[in-house]
Amino acid sequence: MRLAEFPLDVQVLPGAMPAFRASIDASELRGLCQEARSQKFPLIALWGSDETQQGGGYALHLALALPSGLLWLTVPLAREHPRYPGIADVYPSADRMQRAAYDLVGIHAQDNPDRRKWLRHGAWPGGVFPLRSDFSIATRFPAAEDHYPFVKVDGEGVHEIPVGPVHAGTIEPGHFRFSIVGEKILRLEERLGYKHKGIEKRFETMTLEEGAKLAGRISGDSTVAYAWAYAMAVESIVGGIELPRRAHALRGILLELERIANHLGDLGYLGNDVGLSFGFFQFWRLKEDLLRLNAQLFGHRYLMDAIVPGGVAKDLLQSEADLLLDQLQKIQKQVTTLKSIYDEHAGAQDRFIMTGRLPPELAEKIGLTGFAGRSSGNRRDLRVNYSISPYRELGVQLVSHTRGDVAARVSVRFDELAESIRLIQMLLRQLPSGGTRIALANAAHGTAGIGWVEGWRGEIFIALEAGENNRVRRCHAHDPSWQNWPALQYAVIGNIVPDFPLINKSFNLSYSGHDL
Amino acid sequence: MYQLLKQIAQTGIKTEAAPTADEALRILPQRLQEGILRYLGRALAIRHVDAGSCNGCELEIHATNSPYYNLERLGIRFVASPRHADLLLVTGPVSRHMETALKRTYEATPDPKLVVAIGDCGCSGGIFGENYASCGSVANVIPVDVAVPGCPPTPLAIMQGILTAISK
Repeated sequence: MRLAEFPLDVQVLPGAMPAFRASIDASELRGLCQEARSQKFPLIALWGSDETQQGGGYALHLALALPSGLLWLTVPLAREHPRYPGIADVYPSADRMQRAAYDLVGIHAQDNPDRRKWLRHGAWPGGVFPLRSDFSIATRFPAAEDHYPFVKVDGEGVHEIPVGPVHAGTIEPGHFRFSIVGEKILRLEERLGYKHKGIEKRFETMTLEEGAKLAGRISGDSTVAYAWAYAMAVESIVGGIELPRRAHALRGILLELERIANHLGDLGYLGNDVGLSFGFFQFWRLKEDLLRLNAQLFGHRYLMDAIVPGGVAKDLLQSEADLLLDQLQKIQKQVTTLKSIYDEHAGAQDRFIMTGRLPPELAEKIGLTGFAGRSSGNRRDLRVNYSISPYRELGVQLVSHTRGDVAARVSVRFDELAESIRLIQMLLRQLPSGGTRIALANAAHGTAGIGWVEGWRGEIFIALEAGENNRVRRCHAHDPSWQNWPALQYAVIGNIVPDFPLINKSFNLSYSGHDL
Repeated sequence: MYQLLKQIAQTGIKTEAAPTADEALRILPQRLQEGILRYLGRALAIRHVDAGSCNGCELEIHATNSPYYNLERLGIRFVASPRHADLLLVTGPVSRHMETALKRTYEATPDPKLVVAIGDCGCSGGIFGENYASCGSVANVIPVDVAVPGCPPTPLAIMQGILTAISK
């Protein structure tokens, strides 16, 4: 098939989401990326793979979002000195992904100005690449010194505050290097990778079925979105089978429940971070009510392992659907009251408004995504742009804002929470009858599939390739935090240090989902 | 302000009963002397360390401070530095990139100190196990007094683990 957007012959990947795959020569890479960038097609993910067992060398992979669907580009690279022309000047978010692809697979982005390592610290030496097929997962190198040169900011009165990896609050580990004058932040530089625990290598020791559980533990707060994306990829691999409509509806309910729980929790913390502890207690009461009902209805407070390849693990009885409807109505009423309290609280609004601002032009340039992107004018939501079942029938309302500050992200979270309640109510009231899970056929060795889901934080993407005997040959998982972590560095410039926790929480990015 | 106060009054007190200690969770014999337990046992300062989790356990640790569980009413609170802490609450698996930071945090915590490992991964390495980038369980890196299984353990189970660590 020929693509509508590019003169490119592609293979159509079966599955829920529209997706295409094509192989291009490294010499065509930059031209194609520049063309895609000029048409404002976002870069979703970039990763590498070892193809030496298949008789090749290595490969670079890119996922680009075109209006007609997801384009998975593969660039074959040589076995000796695998390298390709870097694209970080075209897509700034590619910089860290290129460095990670080098650390893990040893494919080198030429002319990338930043040559520093990214996910590698001291657990394995330079020149050794864990995702290569000749690297055993059990390999243990003695811990080595970790040297990472941060960019120094010079000037009178400039000093540095190093924070982390162990933070002052209950947060995931990462390092933040602030360069400040007085209280004002001149520059923030992040160092991530502390949580790298070999997830992608671990996938390669599993069957496609076993991998579902691991996918649900890439980032615990997005377990439903990852489980769905992974299931979608497996279903794509076995030929894009049609699931029962009831399974689609239940998946939609689960994903929106995850979105509601996360927004409730973060709205509470956003109050807490501006000294309004009232907000924390109120929202966490509502969140807890929902988590308890989740446990009762689906067997898990965070809905882990509720979505499985082939459908969902548990059906919902009518009496349970009624309980959920009742609970959502209560939450909706309470949130309406709490929103008016937040809106009218001068102290909170003073801290929210014009803090941590990413104006739309900057957000577009650096590729800000997810609800944070929508808070900075990016009118993009997979549930709207590629409206698959069960969203197709619901008419999802896209929520967006243009100011791009903490207040905008708070506002978008409130509105998305309300929209998710509406979506679940619609799904529950017209829940199709029928089965909830079907058996999957065996996967043919070498087939590939993708999963692509609008999680609460943004677009979760899975690229999966089957090996022999239904095993995972390669699984790449991409968290939207890859795009948004660099954006946070821009959002804090010119703000005061005490506003950093507030700005950070307004994005609430995943470390685990990024570090893998 | 009226609306805020009205909301507080209408919500009422939501805090529920605290769990009791469960000796089955204990790994090392009690390291604190009886006198310390009698006088200071319940005035506990906790430093949380995420040593490589999927962040699921962190969600439940946050929830222990929510109104239903209200950990602070027991005199137990989270502090910002290991130097202020009596107990480390550690989630895992311990990534090799966090191994040094965890050991340094342990060393920075004044004696006598306690460690509670949280979650299946903190207990055993969980689904991630041990590999080139993961040390597995917390006990593989620092001494662990009490281990609380679960994926993630519920807020009550986490509280129970903490209370077990300071029980006689």
